[in-house]
Amino acid sequence: MKSKITRRRFMATTAASTALVAAPFVRGAHAAGKLSIGFWDHWVPGANKATETLVKEWAEKEKVEVSIDYITSQGNKLLLTSAAESQAKSGHDILAMNTFLPARYAEQLVPLNDVMDPLIKQNGAVNATVEYLGKIGGKWLAIPATAGSQIKGPCSRIDLLKQHAGIDIQAMYPAGAAPKADGWNLDTFLKAAGDCHKAGVPFGIGLGTTSDSVDSIGAFFHAFGAVLVDAKGEIVVKNDQVRQALDYYKKLMAFLPEDVPAWDDASNNKWLLSGRGSLIMNPPSTWAVAKRDAPQIAEQCWTHGFPAGPKGRYSPFLPFFWGVWNFGKNVPAAKSLLTHLSQSASAEKMVIASGGYDLPAFANLTTFKTWSEEGPPKGTLYHYPNPHNHQTLSIAAAPAPHKIGEQIYNQGIMTQMAVRYYRGEALEKTLDWAAKELEGFMRI
Amino acid sequence: MANISESVPVATDSSRSGLHRLMQRKSSIAFLMTLPLILLIGVLVAYPAGYAIYLSMLNKSMVRFVGLGNFEFLMGRDSFWAVVYQSCLFAVTAVIFKAVIGFVVAHFVHNIPAKGQRKWRGMLLVPWVIPPAMSTLAWLWLFDPSYSAFNWILALFGMDPVPWTGDTSWARFSVILVNVWIGAPFFMIMYLAALKSVPEQLYEAAAIDGANWWQRIWYVTLPMMRNIIAITALFSLIVTFANFDIVRVLTAGGPLNGTHVFATWAFRVGIESGDIPLGAAVSLFMVPILAVAAVFILRDINKRGNEA
Repeated sequence: MKSKITRRRFMATTAASTALVAAPFVRGAHAAGKLSIGFWDHWVPGANKATETLVKEWAEKEKVEVSIDYITSQGNKLLLTSAAESQAKSGHDILAMNTFLPARYAEQLVPLNDVMDPLIKQNGAVNATVEYLGKIGGKWLAIPATAGSQIKGPCSRIDLLKQHAGIDIQAMYPAGAAPKADGWNLDTFLKAAGDCHKAGVPFGIGLGTTSDSVDSIGAFFHAFGAVLVDAKGEIVVKNDQVRQALDYYKKLMAFLPEDVPAWDDASNNKWLLSGRGSLIMNPPSTWAVAKRDAPQIAEQCWTHGFPAGPKGRYSPFLPFFWGVWNFGKNVPAAKSLLTHLSQSASAEKMVIASGGYDLPAFANLTTFKTWSEEGPPKGTLYHYPNPHNHQTLSIAAAPAPHKIGEQIYNQGIMTQMAVRYYRGEALEKTLDWAAKELEGFMRI
Repeated sequence: MANISESVPVATDSSRSGLHRLMQRKSSIAFLMTLPLILLIGVLVAYPAGYAIYLSMLNKSMVRFVGLGNFEFLMGRDSFWAVVYQSCLFAVTAVIFKAVIGFVVAHFVHNIPAKGQRKWRGMLLVPWVIPPAMSTLAWLWLFDPSYSAFNWILALFGMDPVPWTGDTSWARFSVILVNVWIGAPFFMIMYLAALKSVPEQLYEAAAIDGANWWQRIWYVTLPMMRNIIAITALFSLIVTFANFDIVRVLTAGGPLNGTHVFATWAFRVGIESGDIPLGAAVSLFMVPILAVAAVFILRDINKRGNEA
C-alpha cells in the first residue's frame, strides 16, 4: 500500500525531528515565565549533569520554564556567542563568560550586587582576581561561576622531581596539611627545571598566545612585581621588575622544549601524558585524562603551589562568571537561579561532578571532601583549591584597566616579549616593541 | 466627476495590458528569475558588507562615529604593516606555486589516455574537495610541535627535527605549503579544461612549421590559455588573500604574530581582544588591495577580448 506524504505532513515530521535532534534541555512549568541559559560546555565528561540537575530542581520549585544550551569554548564558540548576543541585543538571559568578558560587556550586564553581597556574607570573601574581573565601578557585573573556574598551578611528576631534582613535592605539599614550601622559590624552580632538562624530562611550560601560556607567565611576572600597564592606565613596561622577569624567563626557556613558542592549550597536556614531561601548569584535567588513558602517569601526578618570587607567591586563577544581559526577558528569575547555583551545596555538587576541576571563588568553599579524597595518588588535588591561602590568586595583565588588560592578555604580549628576548633581541628593543604595542591598546 | 468614473475601467485595462507586456519582455522574466539570488546576495553579502563599513567607522566602545579614524590608526601601527606584508607574501607565493603546479599537472593529466584520465582527475581533486578546516587538522598533526610525523621520519634518517610551526620562517612555509596543497587541484582542473579547448590543428600547424615542444607551449598553449590563467589567478588571489581557516588551525597567527593574515588578525583584534571596529577596519583593508589587482587583471582580459 502506498502512503502519500502531503506537504503539511512532511513539514510537521521535519519540524518534529529537527526539534528532537537540536532541542536543548527544556523544563516546562510556565507559571513564573521563561529563562534561557548559556552554560559553558564542560571538558569533564558528565560534569554538565550537575548544573542541569541543579537548574531542574530550581525550576520545579520556582515554576519557571528553563532552557539550557551548553556552549563549547572550542573554536571560540562561547566567545562568538557572547559577541553575537551583545551585537544583536538578544539571546540567552544568563550567559557564561570568562576572565575579561564581564568588563567588555559592562554596559549590557545587569548589576548583581543584590545577589553577590549576600553570597559573600554567606560563603566568605572572593579573591582579589575575581573582584578585579567581576566588580567594576563598585558594581558586580557577574557572579563567579563554580563551573569552569580553575587554578593553573603546577602539576608535577612525583617520581621525576624526586629522582632528577631531589625534590619531594609531597613532603612540600602534604595531603591534608598546610604547605611546607618556604624553600619552593623561583631559584629552586629554575634549578629543578635545569636538572629535569638534563635528565631528558623537561618542564612543559607553553609560550604561545593561548591562555595556558599567558596565565603561567602572568604569575611569574607578578612574582617579580613586573607590571606592563598600571591601574591608572599608564604604560610602565620599561621597569626593572619587567627586566628581571624577562631575564628569568630567558634562563628558564633554555630548559624548556624548543617548540614551546608554538604550543597551544592542548600541548602541555600532551607533554605530561606522553611521559616526557616532569611538570606542567594546568588544572587537574590532564591528571583526569591520565587517570583514564595513562594510569601509571596519573599515579605520579601531584598538583601544588607556584614557586615564590621576590614580590610573593602568585598562582594563575582563571575564573568563569555568569552574567545576566540587560536585554534578558526574566531578570528576577535569573537572579534567583544564580543565588541557587552559588549555594555551598550546589557548588559542592559541581565540584564532585567535575572530579575536583571546578573551583568556587568564595573563601569558605575551598575545603570540600572531593579534593582530599580524589586519587590516585590520594590527596593529589588537596592543594589545588589553595585551601591554606598559601598563594595569591592572580590573572595576567592585572592591574591594568580592563580594556587594556584584555588586549595584553589576548594578544600574549608577555609571552611574545619572552620569546623575542630569548631569541636574541636586545632587552631594550623588546621593551620598545612592547611599549609600542601597548600604546596601540590605549584607544577608547 | 462622471468622466473620472468612466475612465476607471479603461485605466485598469491599460495597466493590465502594461503588466502583460512587461511580463512578455525577456529582461523582466530574467530579473524575476534572478530576484531570489539578488535578495540572497543583498541579505548575506551587501548587508554584512555595509554593516562592516559602519562598524569600522565607530570608536572602540562603539558609541562615537570616528570616520576613517580606525584606518588612520592602523596606518601608524607596525604590527598592522607586518600583517599586510605577510598577507601579500602568503597570497602571492601560494598563487604562483598553485599556478605552476596546476599547469604542470594539467599537462600530465592531459597526456594520460582518455580511458584512465577520469580516475586521475578524481584523485587529484581530493585535496580541493575536502573541507579545508578538516584537512588542515590532519596537517596540524603532521606538523605538531612535539609529535610531528614528518620529524619522526626525519629522525629515522638521523636528521634534526624541524620547528614546522615554532619558527616564524618555517611556520610561513608550512601555511603556504598547506594552501598550495589544497588549492593546486583547482588550477589543475581549470587549466585542463582550457587545454582541452585548444584546437589540435594549431599544434599540427606549429609542428609543420618546425616548432619544438617549448615553442608549442610558448606560442600556442599559453596564448590560448591566457584568459583562463588570468581569471583563475585572480579568483585564487582573492580567496587566498581572505584565507582564515588554514592559518587559524595551523598556527593561529604565531609564532610572534609571524603568520597572521588579514582575516586572522581581524579576528584576533576584533573578537578575541574586544575591538570590533578595529577588527572590521583590518578586514576592510583587503578591499582596495584586491580591487586594484582585479582592475588590472580584468582590464587585461578585456583588452585581449577586444583585440580578438
